Amino acid sequence: MAPLRVLLIDDEEELVSTLAERLMLRGIEVEVGTSGAYAIECVQEKKFDVVVLDMKMPGIGGLEVMRRIRREQPGIKFILMTGRGSLEEGEEGMQEGAFAYLLKPINIEDLMEKMMEAVRV
Amino acid sequence: MRFLRRIIPGYWAGEGDSEKDLFRYRRLWKYSVSLTALVSLAPLVIMTVVNYYLDQKVLRVEMIHPISQHTSNTKRSLEFFIEERLSALNLIINDKPFEDLVDQKRLYSVLRNMKNSFGGFVDLGVIDAEGYQRSYVGPYELKGKDYKDKDWFHEVSLRGLYVSNVFMGYRNFPHFVIAVKKEKAGEGFYVLRATIDAETQIQKIISPFDLRPSTDVFVIDREGVLQTSSRFHGKILEKSSVAVPPYSSRPEVLEGQTGEGQSYLLGYAYIEQTPFILMIVAQRKALMMNWLSVRHDLIWFLVGSVVLILLVIFWGSIYMVSRVREADLKRDALLHNVEYTNKMASIGRLATGVAHEINNPLAIINEKAGLVKDLALLTEDFPQKEKIIKNIDSLLANVERCSTITHRLLGFAKRMDVTLETINLELLIREVLGFLEKEASYRNISVNFYIPEGFPSIQSDRGQLQQVFLNIINNAFAAMKEGGRIDISMREEREEDAVVVTIKDTGHGISKEDLPHIFEPFFTTKKEGGVGLGLSITYGIVEKLGGRISVESTVGQGTGFTVFLPAEKTRF
Repeated sequence: MAPLRVLLIDDEEELVSTLAERLMLRGIEVEVGTSGAYAIECVQEKKFDVVVLDMKMPGIGGLEVMRRIRREQPGIKFILMTGRGSLEEGEEGMQEGAFAYLLKPINIEDLMEKMMEAVRV
Repeated sequence: MRFLRRIIPGYWAGEGDSEKDLFRYRRLWKYSVSLTALVSLAPLVIMTVVNYYLDQKVLRVEMIHPISQHTSNTKRSLEFFIEERLSALNLIINDKPFEDLVDQKRLYSVLRNMKNSFGGFVDLGVIDAEGYQRSYVGPYELKGKDYKDKDWFHEVSLRGLYVSNVFMGYRNFPHFVIAVKKEKAGEGFYVLRATIDAETQIQKIISPFDLRPSTDVFVIDREGVLQTSSRFHGKILEKSSVAVPPYSSRPEVLEGQTGEGQSYLLGYAYIEQTPFILMIVAQRKALMMNWLSVRHDLIWFLVGSVVLILLVIFWGSIYMVSRVREADLKRDALLHNVEYTNKMASIGRLATGVAHEINNPLAIINEKAGLVKDLALLTEDFPQKEKIIKNIDSLLANVERCSTITHRLLGFAKRMDVTLETINLELLIREVLGFLEKEASYRNISVNFYIPEGFPSIQSDRGQLQQVFLNIINNAFAAMKEGGRIDISMREEREEDAVVVTIKDTGHGISKEDLPHIFEPFFTTKKEGGVGLGLSITYGIVEKLGGRISVESTVGQGTGFTVFLPAEKTRF
């Protein structure tokens, strides 16, 4: 089975790099970015199975990035990360077509599970 | 005292407010009472007093007037009576020659005529200038009597006419004498003298006036000797018990007092050309009867009015000051409420800000620690590996604990989409209680509902309300030992257009110092495991739903939370 190709986007560089390293240790192919613009650019060049997106970012926000990418490539699955305490924001993302959402700080096992589910569907 | 207790309002009895406020309301009450009493009672009292004196004056005039009138009328009648008889004597003495008058027979016929036409004449005599009675007709033998040294003879010879006092004389019945003198041409004079029956004649004139049983009418002479009999002031020819009034040519009315201290009104008149004084004595007490009853009525009217006015003023002032105080209390409560809401909003913003800022570094710590753990697990055994992994697990557990707090904090003031649906509050609370059923039965806690008939459903957000009641009931459970009781009552507050749910427990209660802070985030009295966010979140939700929440508590007795929710439309 080919490794999972994941694009990881969060404005906190340190967070994405660490999280990426942990995912790579688990055998996942990870590309990282710190802005929504980069994410949109990146998906046009490479092929990804899952995009993990922070919802609140300077510039283009997570929801908007998801909308734009899904317009071009509806096949890509999105897992949203939200720092807000409320679940409503995540629910909103779900309504917009996200596969799952997770509250930050993220439990790595939960993330792995959701990604596996996403590609299986 | 109990009666006073009932009419004295709370601010007087010293309930509730601070001392300064109490003093203020009392002073307000005092001012109100004294001012209104002054402006309403002063004119009343002045009017009544003025009226009293005016009435007294009018009554006095009314009392005096009839007496003076009767005095004057009776004086005229008496004067006329005497004048008439003097004129008759004058007519005879001028009409008949001396020779006719000294003739007994002719004189007798004159007396008979006079008796027929005037009445009251008893006898008639003619006395010459020497005082010798030359002829006499009447019931006695008085012809030849010598009057030369008598006072009356001197007087009539000097003044030309004479009216005597009443006396008994030879005849032994009260009578008086009138006499007139005629000058003979060239040689001396002679006198015509008649006796008049005093008792019947004078009494006849003065009696008809005798209107009141207490009024006495009589005649005295200038020495105060009674000339007629009187009712209360002595018999005829005795000294009158009423002193002789001072001379006046006109009828007068005097006030005086008898020896026994009874006051009377005296109407009197000096009868001209006679020694007589007409006296009308009216007892003041009898005349005053009307006045006394008027005065009695007036005093009762005054007392009644004063009592009524004072009552109205007292009640009015109590009512007014109570209303002022209510308004003040309402305003204070409103201000306090606004202040509290603002405070809670600022705390909410601060908490959210802090939580948000902390959440990101927390996420990084989480990943870094996770990575260290991953690497450690992948590395072959090295010294202390187990200990390191164990510590990292602890690190991760504490990060999770922190994130629980930040998430709840962020939820405290989060933007909420409220979904309205029709909610039966009783069912909703029963659902919430369902979560706690096991704990309740295990700890032997009873829950009672008190819901009025026809309690309405409301439009609100189901999930949020569940959160609210779960938090409150959870706290109630936590506060109670085994065998506690929770009373849940509902009522409608029509004035506020709200429904009210009160949840009371029989727990340990909240101290007075803690009570103002219980809705603040991170405030907790639970020794273990309490973060202190439950009630602050509850508070936030209820506010968002357009309601409000309040708390009352007594240490050792329990706590009651009251939730007001809009009955009809929610305002967000």
